[in-house]
Amino acid sequence: MTPEKTPAQTVSDKPEIMVRVEHLKKYFPITRGLLISRQVGAVKAVDNVSFIIRKGETLGIVGESGCGKSTTGRSILHLEKPTAGKVYLGDTDLTSLNTEELRMMRPRMQMIFQDSYASLNPRHSVGKIIAEPMVIHGSKNFDERRARVMELIELVGLNPNHFDRFPHEFSGGQRQRINIARALALNPGFVVCDEPISALDVSIQAQVVNLFQDLQKKLGLTYMFIAHDLSMVQHISNRVAVMYLGKIVEMTNRNDLFHSPLHPYTQSLMSAVPQPDPEKERHRHRIMLEGEVPSPANPPRGCVFHNRCPLEQPICSEEIPEYREVRPDHFVACHLADDKGGSRISI
Amino acid sequence: MSTILEVHDLVTRFYTFDGVVHALNKVSFDLEEGETLAIVGESGSGKSVTMMSLLHLLPVPPAKIEGGQAIFHDNGNHIDLLQLSKQKISKVRGGKIGFIFQDALSALNPVMTVGRQISESLIEHLRMGHEEARKRAIKLLDYVGIPGASQRFSNYPHQFSGGMRQRVMIAVAIACNPKIVIADEPTTALDVTIQAQIVELTQRLQRELNISVIWVTHDLGVVAGMADRVLVMYAGSAVEIAPVDELYNNPSHPYTLGLMRALPRMGDVVSKRLVSIDGAPPDLLEKPRHCQFAWRCRHAFDRCWQEIPQPREIGPGHFTSCFHDVKNGRPCNDA
Repeated sequence: MTPEKTPAQTVSDKPEIMVRVEHLKKYFPITRGLLISRQVGAVKAVDNVSFIIRKGETLGIVGESGCGKSTTGRSILHLEKPTAGKVYLGDTDLTSLNTEELRMMRPRMQMIFQDSYASLNPRHSVGKIIAEPMVIHGSKNFDERRARVMELIELVGLNPNHFDRFPHEFSGGQRQRINIARALALNPGFVVCDEPISALDVSIQAQVVNLFQDLQKKLGLTYMFIAHDLSMVQHISNRVAVMYLGKIVEMTNRNDLFHSPLHPYTQSLMSAVPQPDPEKERHRHRIMLEGEVPSPANPPRGCVFHNRCPLEQPICSEEIPEYREVRPDHFVACHLADDKGGSRISI
Repeated sequence: MSTILEVHDLVTRFYTFDGVVHALNKVSFDLEEGETLAIVGESGSGKSVTMMSLLHLLPVPPAKIEGGQAIFHDNGNHIDLLQLSKQKISKVRGGKIGFIFQDALSALNPVMTVGRQISESLIEHLRMGHEEARKRAIKLLDYVGIPGASQRFSNYPHQFSGGMRQRVMIAVAIACNPKIVIADEPTTALDVTIQAQIVELTQRLQRELNISVIWVTHDLGVVAGMADRVLVMYAGSAVEIAPVDELYNNPSHPYTLGLMRALPRMGDVVSKRLVSIDGAPPDLLEKPRHCQFAWRCRHAFDRCWQEIPQPREIGPGHFTSCFHDVKNGRPCNDA
């Protein structure tokens, strides 16, 4: 499938694109045999994904576990080498760089992980953890580094006397703040946040989400925000991409996605999110999906969603739906989607 | 409707090397027949410890239940669960009271077929024969929505997906026709679409089998859709209990109010800044001498730092443990 115009190009006339991803693929090989191992298949974790992220915006990525949202984030930062496709950060094509050139790009792109404890070295003090990126990239002398660490500690809302403490002395929310400070140490423009708040309690989640938003305003950061909590993603994002089985099935701005989702999967996902309002909950209709997500090693033919889709048509199991712009800035990969509600599930 | 479970002033402490952890400080609630009571709270608030104290599931030592009663009304018999011997409580567990855990993979025995795990409790509690138990187990698997139940009977837990494993757990929990099912964060590890399936299954079971459900969770969204009443816990104390509509429309404890404001609402056209609760929950190693929320409460005044607030009724079935009157924005008039 090679359409003349990729979806990413159609909107690329707007200036200041931070990240451009074109036909990104990440396949993990399945091998068999111990001595003479041969590849017998591949897990298509990310399969032909294209999108752009503009400077200063937040792109949310949602989907169920195993849909490839984290792998997408990791492939963009080249923590996993993509199998195929292009990733541009600004004007630089990351896929064409060698290891050393890639290392030079690292200060411009950072990642924040879900497990705040596992991603901090338990034997290093907070000061050392936050200074480490500066040591590796050798940008400052000792005093400058210390001053910068103090500045970062304050920026993320920690206390200056936390400098000499160790990760285990902090709560989950504070540890996530340390992670954020470390990610920001080298002034990156682009940060991938991989489920940064999923492990936190509600009242702490709000603190960290507010911190993310304040930092974005203050420093002009661009986020890719990966999460499975739809209401939180909707809250923090400008645009949201919905993934299913390694593909983006729908991408649009946050309001269109909530008020007029076009892909049947998005519609069912939206209807399944519980709302903290008993009145609304009583009158809502859930679109119950049958069965569970198929294995990405052996995805269904045609549209990957067709075997669970309530609107399935003969064409769905034969042809892969094109990922196209149905409305301005509203991309959908569904044969039935049109501007008149052809893909709307009636309830 | 009659009350099936009454818990009064439950106190549980853990004696550790670091000191005494005051996990539960006089928690009281009751459960009506056929209702769903949700227990909401953050990690460390004591919601799971409450449930595990009732069924003697905590390791003793370090845990010690130091006070309170838990009266279980069973066909005219009034049993205090906390006073039961080891043998007697194991008759109740899995028999009259079923339990669904959060992590189905570690709660189920990995080297035993799911069929045997279900029939085990049937043989143990209901004194069924093996063949009879097998038949009922297959029926149960089918009932909780596992396709091909008779073939799946001899599968092991790892051969099921997360959602299906949770269904197996539910089948184990309801096997012996329990009066009460306690579900401890049963959907936390699941995706939203699977969560919706499990919530619906639980509601159907409850309707058809007339079971009382205690649903422990931290997700105020799930609670809104399925609970009849909600108990909010904070740092080992019950801070508010109310019918579900009343709690969401009229939250009266500053902590509950804070939780509601900290949640993003889907569908808001412009996203408002979330109102977070500053600070973090208190250290439970300290013996509580005053309101546990006072540190983070913006309404706290001198009385909040001097005594522990007792629950006061502010509406039908609506109790809050707070000296501040949220509605009128001033300290409450004490009776």
